[in-house]
Amino acid sequence: MDRRTFIKWTAVGWSCFAAIIGGYATMILRFMFPNVLFEPVQSFRAGFPDEYAVDAVSERWKEKYGVWIVRDKEKIYVLSTVCTHLGCQPNWLPNEQKFKCPCHGSGFYSTGINFEGPAPRPLERFKIYLADNGEITVDKTKKYQQEKGEWKDPESFIAV
Amino acid sequence: MAEAPQQPKKSLWENVQETQLWQSIFRTGVPVTRRQRMMVVLNNVFLHLHPVRLPKHAVKIKYTWCMGGLSFFVFLVLTITGILLMFYYRPTVEYAYGDIVDLGEQVPLGIMREIHRWGAHLMVITVWLHMFRVFMTGSYKPPREFNWVIGVVLLVLTMLLSFTGYLLPWDQLAIWAITVGSNMAGAVPFVGASGPGSALLSIGDVNFIHSASDARFALLGGRFVGEGALLRFYVLHCIGLPFVIMIFMIVHFWRVRKDGGISGPT
Repeated sequence: MDRRTFIKWTAVGWSCFAAIIGGYATMILRFMFPNVLFEPVQSFRAGFPDEYAVDAVSERWKEKYGVWIVRDKEKIYVLSTVCTHLGCQPNWLPNEQKFKCPCHGSGFYSTGINFEGPAPRPLERFKIYLADNGEITVDKTKKYQQEKGEWKDPESFIAV
Repeated sequence: MAEAPQQPKKSLWENVQETQLWQSIFRTGVPVTRRQRMMVVLNNVFLHLHPVRLPKHAVKIKYTWCMGGLSFFVFLVLTITGILLMFYYRPTVEYAYGDIVDLGEQVPLGIMREIHRWGAHLMVITVWLHMFRVFMTGSYKPPREFNWVIGVVLLVLTMLLSFTGYLLPWDQLAIWAITVGSNMAGAVPFVGASGPGSALLSIGDVNFIHSASDARFALLGGRFVGEGALLRFYVLHCIGLPFVIMIFMIVHFWRVRKDGGISGPT
């Protein structure tokens, strides 16, 4: 075997080795992303509009799905319970009619608009619509941000 | 016939030292000469980690504050107490918080977890002070500049061990602190769902980087801090990060020797 052939085969060998190691690294990386999650589903039925009082914030789905369903005189919308500051969960204070985050004190009106504390933008809203049988359905995979003008989107609320 | 010259009577101690058992363990004998003293250090796996000779200034508390050594000592305490805690603590949403309470109220002595916690605080303090000392004495200068880099890696690993251990009590402070902390992973450019550039990695309507496929998701094993995150942080805290930090500590200590021993005043 001459030197040229030796170097050629060495290059082939090391390339195979690098490819196999790269394959293993890819497998390990992929292994860290589970296929099945034991978490609540992203889309769920939330009962009928009549079950929600006018001018009230419902905490019914806060624990399970991480949303508040709010009804005012014209519409029903869903607010995310994730604070827009650093991601904690604010509490609804009925006496003060505001959401207050315990981590750093951000405050939001029942509309989700921020008015105190470090939160840089309003709470996010999720897609909401009526199913065929008239039940409210919430889809958390689609979000609407006020600062982008997305709250005007008819999919972000139900007119009542 | 002349009588054989009488041997002086051997003491029990001398007899013991002559046995094969004793000599197989202690090869150099009583360290009387300089050479024997040196061999005692070189022939013992634990003693040989230290240099045979030290410059005078190296043992001055005023110069080193002993902060590097104390960091390692506290690390050993944390390893031992951490292993003991693993006998009682179960990393599941159902049991984690109750087990932490039990470690204080039901487990004998009730202080093992506090030692681990105080030790963790202490190690962060000693590591920072060690870094401060090394900076103030100029010990990062050539030929020790790469050991400074390894030291920075060790500092980051110490912080990551603190961060992963923070979640394990599974109380409100832990959950929300890790929620806030892990949101940083979600803000990394390109690989974090809420980071800049993540929207670029998409084909048509299909977004490859979203809340169930980004760096934060890999860290937490879920969309929020839950069962998956608790288990992942537990494994990282008890196995993954200690393994990595020990490898870097070996290199760190080795290089102190190879870069000419502990630095001195010039």
